This record gives sequence, structure tokens and C-alpha cells, in this order.
Amino acid sequence: MNKTWNNKAWFMVLPVLLLVAFSAVIPLMTVVNYSVQDTFGNNQFFWNGVGWFSDVLESDRFWQALGRNLLFSGIILSIEIPLGILIALNMPKKGLGVPVCLVLMALPLLIPWNVVGTIWQVFGRVDIGLLGRTLHSLGINYNYVNNVFDAWMTLIIMDVWHWTSLVVLLCYAGLVSIPEAYYQAAKIDGASRWAVFRYIQLPKMKRVLLIAFLLRFMDSFMIYTEPFVVTGGGPGNSTTFLSIDLVKMAIGQFDLGPAAAMSIIYFLIILLLSWIFYTVMTSSDEQA
Amino acid sequence: MLELKNIAKVAGAETHIHPTNLVLERGSLNVLLGPTLSGKTSLMRLMAGLDKPTSGSVWFDGKDVTGVRVQDRGVAMVYQQFINYPALTVYENIASPMRIKGADSATIDREVRKAADLLKLTPYLDRTPLNLSGGQQQRTALARAIVKNASLVLLDEPLANLDYKLREELRLELPKIFAASGAIFVYATTEPSEALLLGGNTATLSEGRITQFGRTIDVYRRPNDLLTARTFADPPLNTMQVLKNGGHFEIGGKPVLPVPAHLAALPDGPCTIAFHPHHLALASQHPASANLQARTAISEIAGSESFIHIEFEGSRWVMLSPGIHDIEPDAVITVHVDTRHLMAFGTDGRAIAEPAAAAA
Amino acid sequence: MARINLDHIRHAYGEKPKSEADYALKEVHHEWNDGGAYALLGPSGCGKTTLLNIISGLLQPSEGRILFDGKDVTYLSTQQRNIAQVFQFPVIYDTMTVYDNLAFPLRNRGVAEPEVDRRVREILEMIDLSSWAKKTARGLTADQKQKISLGRGLVRNDVNAILFDEPLTVIDPHMKWVLRSQLKKLHRQFGFTMVYVTHDQTEALTFADKVVVMYDGQIVQIGTPAELFEKPSHTFVGYFIGSPGMNVLPASIDGSSIKIGEETLTLDYRPQVAAGAKTELGIRPEFISLSREGMPVSISKVEDIGRQKIVRAEFAGKPIAIVVSEDGEIPAEPRVTFDPAAINIYADSWRVGREG
Repeated sequence: MNKTWNNKAWFMVLPVLLLVAFSAVIPLMTVVNYSVQDTFGNNQFFWNGVGWFSDVLESDRFWQALGRNLLFSGIILSIEIPLGILIALNMPKKGLGVPVCLVLMALPLLIPWNVVGTIWQVFGRVDIGLLGRTLHSLGINYNYVNNVFDAWMTLIIMDVWHWTSLVVLLCYAGLVSIPEAYYQAAKIDGASRWAVFRYIQLPKMKRVLLIAFLLRFMDSFMIYTEPFVVTGGGPGNSTTFLSIDLVKMAIGQFDLGPAAAMSIIYFLIILLLSWIFYTVMTSSDEQA
Repeated sequence: MLELKNIAKVAGAETHIHPTNLVLERGSLNVLLGPTLSGKTSLMRLMAGLDKPTSGSVWFDGKDVTGVRVQDRGVAMVYQQFINYPALTVYENIASPMRIKGADSATIDREVRKAADLLKLTPYLDRTPLNLSGGQQQRTALARAIVKNASLVLLDEPLANLDYKLREELRLELPKIFAASGAIFVYATTEPSEALLLGGNTATLSEGRITQFGRTIDVYRRPNDLLTARTFADPPLNTMQVLKNGGHFEIGGKPVLPVPAHLAALPDGPCTIAFHPHHLALASQHPASANLQARTAISEIAGSESFIHIEFEGSRWVMLSPGIHDIEPDAVITVHVDTRHLMAFGTDGRAIAEPAAAAA
Repeated sequence: MARINLDHIRHAYGEKPKSEADYALKEVHHEWNDGGAYALLGPSGCGKTTLLNIISGLLQPSEGRILFDGKDVTYLSTQQRNIAQVFQFPVIYDTMTVYDNLAFPLRNRGVAEPEVDRRVREILEMIDLSSWAKKTARGLTADQKQKISLGRGLVRNDVNAILFDEPLTVIDPHMKWVLRSQLKKLHRQFGFTMVYVTHDQTEALTFADKVVVMYDGQIVQIGTPAELFEKPSHTFVGYFIGSPGMNVLPASIDGSSIKIGEETLTLDYRPQVAAGAKTELGIRPEFISLSREGMPVSISKVEDIGRQKIVRAEFAGKPIAIVVSEDGEIPAEPRVTFDPAAINIYADSWRVGREG
């Protein structure tokens, strides 16, 4: 489809470009500067080349944290995407149930990250938390503070609780846009429930699912607040993700150079993975 | 006067409009006739200024308006979909273009009532569009285009989504409305019968080219080429490839039809002859009719007349015969061609002689 | 294939209809023959789609039963009724190939693959998409997509009925001719029971053996195309069928003489008219001849539409339309005669027969 041409449109986006320049480009350049410099205090900087980068890439600490990130994102994506689709498929399409379900679904999304963390931190406590006490009285030895498995479970359940709604809402938007005639035709063609899903609903949800997948991947890969509040990266280093490690390094140890190098590497990883996912998913879209 | 000077539109590897010249006079009704994707909408968007031409220019009343924004051009457009403001009443919908211009309320009231009267909307002025039938919704959109007092009104298949009978009614009223306004009207349609009912001028389009432009009935009766003749035929045009040899048209050495007087000057050699389905009949309509033996494929009865699909020497034809004839498939029947209306086209598709009856 | 019985069916969309006006579909009671081609014709909102959805099982009637071959299917689902339906806008599975789209209804029913292949190839041939078989359906044009929808409806040979809901809306005029005659040919070949909903008279008349004309939730006439044209049983049928529609003129009737304005006509029979009824005379534009003899008219406009001319004129103070052939001449002092055999008399909008 051809669009109306109008050069004035560029003026309209100028404020946004300026805002992005101040909030993203300038800080990013500062980080790039730090990553190639060393300092001994007193605001004196020395050229260090790619030294910090090779240090970071050679450290076990970095690779272990990256591994944890990938594992965490993998787990929550493989739960939230199918679960989100399943819930969206079973939501009512008309009537009073629609607004009720939509509000219920939107609730977790409205809660700020640190509050979510705090809620679950308290909820899971063995001494005063509802979940912790309940599990304890059922005879389950649950303690996220010193059990690695329990800490991971808590973080995963918390993320699923917080973010599955987003997938649900996006999928639901895709589903309600399917004309009724498609379902009627499928009935007449004798299609099974699975065939309706596979050939009508899934193709129509494909685009929104791509968005949901990318958003959830990027978000979960950058997760910081929740583990910081709930586990603080522990027990040991078992929930120390790249972001937590980065903050420890930059603010805790004040190693600005390595931290800057690490954050650039981190940034590039997210960019690269998102790009790969996007290309793979859209190219299958064209061939199919 | 709207002039398209050598205008063309290319998008990527696709050419939407090949270089085109067209002059539309003030107060005229111009039909763009062609199948889907033949370039009707693309051409309208260029006329309106919604798209920038790749080359060439658009002139209005002697001024180059190529770069002028659509808002500043005095163009009104009506689409196939019924586009109205759903929250406003019919009255406010019709009034909206004048409110934007800042007309005083007395003028607005007068113009709205005049347009509503013309389009039979007076009883519905207080309703909102969603409480109207499709026909009334489209009348509202038309009324809005009329009060805008635009110098160019573009109608893109405006009746396509309406019931058959509503279409018939509006089609009858539209030319009167057009005549009263004095603007240039451009009307796109896929249906040849609609062009004929509207009258005015017709430009036939095929694959991004205007194949012919002229008075509607002239284009229909005297197409310049086979493409135009085919575009402007419903039921489809009947054609066959023949060899003219003296007084006969031959297929495979056998004479099939005599050459009628108006085609006598045609040079001997291969050509395509064509005629409309109503010039083929079960009974001889005229002494100049020639008969052929053809095989029937299927008959369709449409009330007072029948469409009989037949095959002759590998060509598939439609015969529009008055009366009700339910003929069994695969029967061999005698059909009569009214040779006075035969058209002939050269191997390049250009018309090489005109039907005598039409020239009269 | 099946015979379809519509047994006292009525339908209202709202709960608890109070009056006749609440019914979108007023009482329908008919039997449709096995292997017949029926068209439901009427303007939008006349109830034709409601009736179609009741037959397909997408809608359950408020009252009455529907039977296929004598078996009550009123409460059976669409799948259980074993019917095929083609919708107004193309419904295609756009991740599948054209071939798989057509094979889908057969594979869902566990038809053996060689049989699927045979049927699909046959249909591909018919809808002229053989060369597209291996391509995905996504990139096709609207009319190619609709051809696939049609093809999916025709691919099963065991269906009770095939239903069409304005299937040619998105098709270009030239392609309509091709598809329509193909449908007709298929009907002859396989003898499916077909029900075709449309507002287009040409489609309805050319497709169907019997046309069901609907108006305001009622069936006003069921008849062959010829019956609807020659003897419309209601003035609405006269108006809706034919282009232009029938001329309907107010007339006063006295025995066998009919008075329209100042003009008087005499029929060879006495129409059966009850006292006090509103009486009208109906004559189709095709059956009025324009010449130098007969009753005077004044011509207001002549529309040359190529194969014929439509003359708009005033007769006895009322507007009428007259159809004149392409080569027909229009005299300077025009007069008209009505073909007596083509005159229909209406009392309160319904056609009346002969008395005694």
C-alpha cells in the first residue's frame, strides 16, 4: 500500500530523537569510554585497550552468570508462552466474563518489580510467610535462603505469576481478530480442536507471539530487581545473574572498567540473540 | 479541467500505472472501467494527490498541482466501504466538511438539508450511521462529498457493497446529482453494465494502462482494440481466430462465416473476429444473420432470457437469447450470428474495421 | 445428498418474542427436493442468511424442526449434519498449500490418501489452479482464494447439501461467468442438493431450478426463474426480479376492464378482487411495446445501455420503464401497448387469479 508523503513528519519525531539521545546514546558512550580506560582514582584515566574485555571473557564468573541467565530465560519462556496461549484460548470471547478476565489478567502487570520481589520474599519466608509456613506444615522442607533449588523455584514461579498475563493478553488480542467464519468453516470441514489451533489460531497469533517472545526474552534476560530483593543473588552465587554481578562489580567493588566492558558484552548478547530469534521467526513466516 | 500529463507510478519492481495522458472536463462524469488490480484505484490516488507520481504531472484548471497536498486540493472521495463518523448524527456527518472550512451555521443548515433532500436522507438526519441500512450509510457518505463542494469527486466502486436493487436505484440518481454539481466526477467500477447505465465518458483500464477513453457508448460500440472490447463486455465477448479469404472467414481451410459488407475492405489474412452474446441467437434475427453448428455446454435461465454456453471450433461462447431455453448439454444446435455487428481485430489486437450498424 | 424439510420453522434473535414483528424469520414450511438447486434471494435483512444458518446448524431455530431425508437434525451440530458451506469472504488456511487446503476436509474424515489425491486433482483442474497446487495459499488473489473456498466445499462427494452464502461477492464480473457455469455443470454431474444465498437476481436465476424470494422474514414466492418473471405472486417479486423491475400502476378494476388514470384496458378474464382491496396492474418493461399506436406516453429519458435501450416515460401520470431492443426505433409521437398475456393484477400487493 502506498502512503501519503509528507516531510513535515520528521519534525514531529524530533523531540523523541533528542530525548533518546540524552537518555540512551550519551550514557552509552560514557560506558564505552570507561570500558577502554583504567583509573587509579583522582579522575585520572589511562588507555587500556581491549584489556577489560579479555579479562571479562576469560573469567569463569562471567560465563557462569551467563549460563544462569540463559537457563532462567529458557525455563520461563518454555512455561510462560505455552501457558499464556492455553489461558488465552480458554478465555471467554464475549459477555460479562471478558472484562472480568481482562482485569484479572492485567493485575499482576500493574505491580512494580520491587514490590513483586518484596511480596514473594515475604510470602515465601519460612517463619512468617503464608507460602513458606504452609509448605512447612505439609512437611516439605522449603527454604529459598539456603536451598539452591528452592531459590530458583521461587524466582521462576514469581516470574511466571508476574508475566504470563502479558503473553495471555497479546495472544487474546490475536485470537479475537479471527473472523467467526473461520471457525464455522473449520467445523464444516470437520477439523479437530487441534487442527483449528494449528491451522487457524496459531497462524493468526504468530505475529503477536513473536512480540511476546521477544519481550519476555529481553526482559527475563535482563532480570535484576526480583532476585536482588528475594535472594540477593544467593544462596552462594546460585542466583547471581549477569545484571546482579554487574551491579556488584560496578557499585560494590567500584571496578568501573571491567563493569563497563561487561555491560557492553551483555548488551551485545541481548542484541544478537534478539536479532537471531527475530530473523528465524520471521523467515519461517515467509516460507510457510 | 483535470489533466494528467504523462503520469506514471512505479512502486519497487511493479509498475502500477504506465505513462498516461488524460483530460477530464468540468461537469463531466468519467467512468474508470477495468477488473480488480487494473489500476483504477492507483489512478484515482494520483488524481487526488494521495500518491506522488513517479513521473509526469497533474494539472488543474491550467495550474500544476502535482506537489500540492490533498488537503489543499478540493477533492472529495467516496469508497467502497461506508466511511462515516460513527458517533455523529447523519446531519453532523454531512455538515462535517463545512464545519472544518468554518462556514456559518445558516449556510451549513441550508446546504445539509439540500444534500439530504437530494439523497433522500431527510427522515434520518437525527440518526447515527450505524442505525442505518447500507444504502443509507453510503448515501450519507455521498452527501458529505457533495456538500464539500469539491471540484473533483472520486468514487471508488461506491455501490459494490450494496444490494442489487439499491445499486440500481442509486445508479439512476447519481447522474442527476452529478449534473447538478458541476464538479468533475470520476467513478471506478469493475462492471461494464454499470458504466453503460451511468453513461458519460469511460476510460477502460487494463494492467495499469488506459486502453481507450471516450463517450461511454462509443467505447462500447467501437473499441479500438481487442483488450478494450473484452474489458467492456458482460457477458464476456465471443471471439474466434479466423483467416479472411475473399468473401469468407475460414478456420482450417473451411469457410465458417461470410464476410459482411462493412468488413469487405479488410485485407485477406489472419484476424480475430468478435461479437457480443446478444448478437448470437437461436432464431435468425435479421436477413444478414449467418448460421453455424455449435455444441452446447450449459444453459442458464435468467427470467426473460437465457444464457447458453456453447463451443464452436474450440472457442467457448455465450449466447444471450430472449425467452426460456433449457437445452441439454452436448447437443449440436444451429445458432445465428448477426454479422452486421461483427468486429474484426488484426493480429496485433488493433481494430481493423468497425461494425456498420454502430457507425450509422 | 438429501431432501430437506423445513417444518414450521420460525426464528427470533431476542429472547421471548412477543409479536410477529420480533421474528427475523417468520414461519417457513417447505420441502426441498433431493438434488435440487435452490437460491434464497432477497434484500439484506430479509432473513435469508438466518434461514441458511438454520439449515447449516450454525443457528438453532426458536421453533420448528429441520429434517434431512426424514431424519430430525434440528439439534445436531454442523459437523454431524455433514454439509459443506462456502462463505461470502474467502476462508483459507493460509499456512497450508493450495493442495492441502483442498485435501483438508477429506483428511479430517480419514479418507484414504489415493482417493484424496484423485478428488483434489479433479477439483484443482476444475477451479483452474492445478499449477498452484504446491504453493501456499497466502499469496493468492481474492478470487483465487474464493475458488479454493469453493473447491473445499465441492471436494467431498458424500455431503447432504452444499450451502453458498453470497460466494461470488469478491469475484470480478468475467470470472463470475466462468465460476457460475462450472457450478451449474457440477450440479448436473453430481446432483448435489445446493442452497445458494444471494441478493443478485442474475446469480439466483441462473443458478437455481427453484428460486425462493424472501422479503421481511417471509418467503413471498418459490418458483422457477420463468414463473418469477412472468407471474410474480407479489409486487415485491415483480420489483426485485428484473432490471428494471416490473411497472406497478394503481388501477381500478370493474369486471374485466381495468382503468389506469384516463386509460382503459380490457382483459379476457375477470380478476378475482375482493371489494375494498388496493388494486394494481403489473407489467414488465420487456412486455410494453413502443410504437405509433396505442395509448399515449411522454418520454423523459432514453438510456442506451448497449444491447438495449431503457426508455423512462410517463404514462397516465405515473413513471414507467420500457425496454427497447438495440436496433429498435423510438417514434416522435410515442404510444404504447401492453402485451395482454403479460399483465398481472394485484390486490393488496398479492397477485390475483381469474374469477370463477
